[in-house]
Amino acid sequence: MAEATIPTVRAGRSTFERPRTARLPDRALKWGLSALAAMILVIIAYFFARLLGESSGAFKRYGLSFVLGNDWDSSRGIYHGAALLVGTLITSTIGLLIGVPVAVSSALFINELCPRRARGLLSALVDLLAAVPSVVYGLWGVFFLAPKLQPAERWLASTLSFVPWLGGGTPTLFNYFIAGLILAIMILPIVSAISREVMATVPAEHKEAALALGATRWEMIRMAVLPYSRAGISGGAMLGLGRALGETIAVVLVIGDAPVIGHHLFSQGYSLAAVIANEFGEAQGVHVSALFAAGVVLFVLTLTVNVVARWFVARGSHGTRGTGATGMTVAAPAGEA
Amino acid sequence: MTPTTNKEPMEMATAGSGPERDERLDRKPGVAERGTGHSITIRGLSAYYGDQHAVRGLDLDFRAGEVTAIIGPSGCGKSTMIRCLNRMHEEVPGARAEGRVLLDGLDLYAPEVDVTAVRRRIGMVFQKPNPFPTMSVFDNVAAGLRLTGTKGEDLRERVHRALRAVGLWNEVKHRLNRPGVGLSGGQQQRLCIARAIAVEPSVILMDEPCSALDPVATLKVEELIDELKDRYTIVIVTHNMQQAARVSNSTAYMLDGQLVEHAPTAEIFTNPRDHRTERYVTGKFG
Amino acid sequence: MSVTFTLSPVSSRRRRTDRAMWGVLLALTVLALIPLVLIVYYLLRKGLGAWSPSFFTTDPTGSFFGDPGGIRSAILGSLEIVALASIIAVPIGIGVALYLTEYGRGSWFAGSVRYFVDVMTGVPSIVFGLFVYIVLVTSHIGGNFAAWKGAVALALLMLPIVARSAEVALLLVPNGLREAALALGAPRWRMLLRVVLPTAAPGLLTGSLLAVARAMGETAPLLFTVTFALGATANLGQPMNTLPYMVFTDIQSPRAAIVQIAWGAGLTLVALVLILNLLARAIERRSHMA
Repeated sequence: MAEATIPTVRAGRSTFERPRTARLPDRALKWGLSALAAMILVIIAYFFARLLGESSGAFKRYGLSFVLGNDWDSSRGIYHGAALLVGTLITSTIGLLIGVPVAVSSALFINELCPRRARGLLSALVDLLAAVPSVVYGLWGVFFLAPKLQPAERWLASTLSFVPWLGGGTPTLFNYFIAGLILAIMILPIVSAISREVMATVPAEHKEAALALGATRWEMIRMAVLPYSRAGISGGAMLGLGRALGETIAVVLVIGDAPVIGHHLFSQGYSLAAVIANEFGEAQGVHVSALFAAGVVLFVLTLTVNVVARWFVARGSHGTRGTGATGMTVAAPAGEA
Repeated sequence: MTPTTNKEPMEMATAGSGPERDERLDRKPGVAERGTGHSITIRGLSAYYGDQHAVRGLDLDFRAGEVTAIIGPSGCGKSTMIRCLNRMHEEVPGARAEGRVLLDGLDLYAPEVDVTAVRRRIGMVFQKPNPFPTMSVFDNVAAGLRLTGTKGEDLRERVHRALRAVGLWNEVKHRLNRPGVGLSGGQQQRLCIARAIAVEPSVILMDEPCSALDPVATLKVEELIDELKDRYTIVIVTHNMQQAARVSNSTAYMLDGQLVEHAPTAEIFTNPRDHRTERYVTGKFG
Repeated sequence: MSVTFTLSPVSSRRRRTDRAMWGVLLALTVLALIPLVLIVYYLLRKGLGAWSPSFFTTDPTGSFFGDPGGIRSAILGSLEIVALASIIAVPIGIGVALYLTEYGRGSWFAGSVRYFVDVMTGVPSIVFGLFVYIVLVTSHIGGNFAAWKGAVALALLMLPIVARSAEVALLLVPNGLREAALALGAPRWRMLLRVVLPTAAPGLLTGSLLAVARAMGETAPLLFTVTFALGATANLGQPMNTLPYMVFTDIQSPRAAIVQIAWGAGLTLVALVLILNLLARAIERRSHMA
């Protein structure tokens, strides 16, 4: 056996021991980063606490009727925000009803049906919809979409006048429908991206099993792809919902900004986020508190939807952790303005 | 040859027209002579993954009512070859196949042939059991039947029949509505076999069906293959030579995308003609 | 018994359904892309007309009559505010991601941090504006409305995006690399600095660029934090003009010439955001090819 030439003990200490000072940077890094992470939690908690604090005035004064009562009038100093909540829900629902089927269809087409060469281009184009700032969506909605769709809306309202809430009224230039339509376009990229990603995790063996039984492509999608992706797609749809609920700028420009519960699809309305954007600048006293209260309601709403959505997406990943693109795409939504 | 009546113009493959057809295969009268069963004839099959030539100019006959085993080292193209039989090979992007595959004399690669019809007549069981995870036991077996519009009492009867045929009936009759993935590995594979035979194919292809199963489950599947061969023509790819010896009537040895030898099973393991076959079956290689 | 064998084609009803669904899905995909085409078309049609050298080099005059001016202060303001927000958000976001991937794996603490960061991506951006308003504006820290406060709001918005994408990028670094460095006797911090971060750099950059692009386009967080100013200024302690804000206010003007400015500013904004997005994608693609 060769002689050990490197002493293992030197000056009373084992040479394997690192001098204390050399361990400092590691320690400092670890504690520094942990502090950073803790700071995030602290900020979030503080966030919520301050928000609640500022809105407590309005909640104390109105209690539950803040969301149940329908009378929002800053000139009289009365703030019952049912119209806002209803408007938020109506426009987001319209956005979901239109946006999710289109998004899932595009995901199916891109992943399963279109020629491979076109796949990259098509998915890049759909994703590009997410890059358009919401103020530009608003700009386009105000000057292009709203006026261009008016004739169609009038026709729909009159021919479908027997359908409650859908028809029967006179469409205004800015209304729930236009807002919902723009929301549909805005949530398209995120729902499509998540759906595509979930569908890509369908194991090839299930698709092969379906094909080997003599299924056509569409039958294979129905048998193997869609059932497997159901949970994940639902989660994606809910994330889209969260996005739609919080969208401010595009909605405030095309919803008509009337603090009433519109009587039909093509009537004016308001939303929680829109009212904050519009009235905050000049609000005083209780008004400010009421607007904060609206913000709290909005925050709680989007938070709940997001939490449930993530649970769905996690369940739908069937064991594969949602890293990879889900990390990227999932980071993209949230109420833009 | 199996007499067939057919509306389409057909390509008849005559016995012995392929190069060097092993006469040992003709010694024992096969089921074909009884006039039932379906046979597959391969002539000049070449399969590619892009530029990679995985199967080269293969000629092979699968006799009706028999179990033919395909053996060979990994990468020899045996899986690729059987996936050409039910035209699953072309599902891989960039993959293509040339040549003729004749089912009872009908060329499956003819331009007017509908690929989903081919797969209806030629069933497949995969290496890893793959019951549909969101479907119950019943729905799994019924999956293929539902595609062609079978429903109601007829559907139920066929599903039960298929489950009995694979010997699963007693084990699952009380849990038909529970998820198919809740069964053990061996049961899942038999479920997949039930799913394949429920649509009453002519031929069943099995791609290493037991390699993911434990010995007990393997034995059950092998017994099943033995029972099924009276009614179906079976082609089984296996890397397990003992299994080939146990279940098959004839065995084909493939190497590097080509057929080296095709002979009755007993002979290929005890008295192979080609020295390459001999090296493989005696374990000197592969 | 003779065997009759036919390869009868699959029922025409099934074939028709298959083909029809293909058509339906294609149609809906095209439908999804139509808005993109229309928006780009309209932006170009209406916005290019506003573009001119003076458009980019003069500040808005703010006067209702006469020359509306250009958008110089808006461009500069956006760049300044977003730059400040990035300086805040990117290092912190990468730091949090580093913590989550390198130190916190498996601990409940890291799990809850990751969860809440995830949840933060779903917060409406106007709520961030409200928060900064309460904390920084009403408390009159450093004046009322100020550009840096808007930057803080944007940073809060960017943080979860950077953190999540950075985490993904860091996780993609093969563990073998980390182990190789450690096995050579490198201390952890050096391993992170010399091996992990450089390897993950393209992914980190891509994620950060996407967050920057996102922040560029945001309006709501700026509404009651930065508000508005006409002139170009480098003073981050005062209100400042920004592109989104300018588009937002000009849209609502009754005067056509000012609306024209809105289109021109909107086109500029989209161009900037697009460049950032394409840059991010190009980096991502290059890193895959390397």
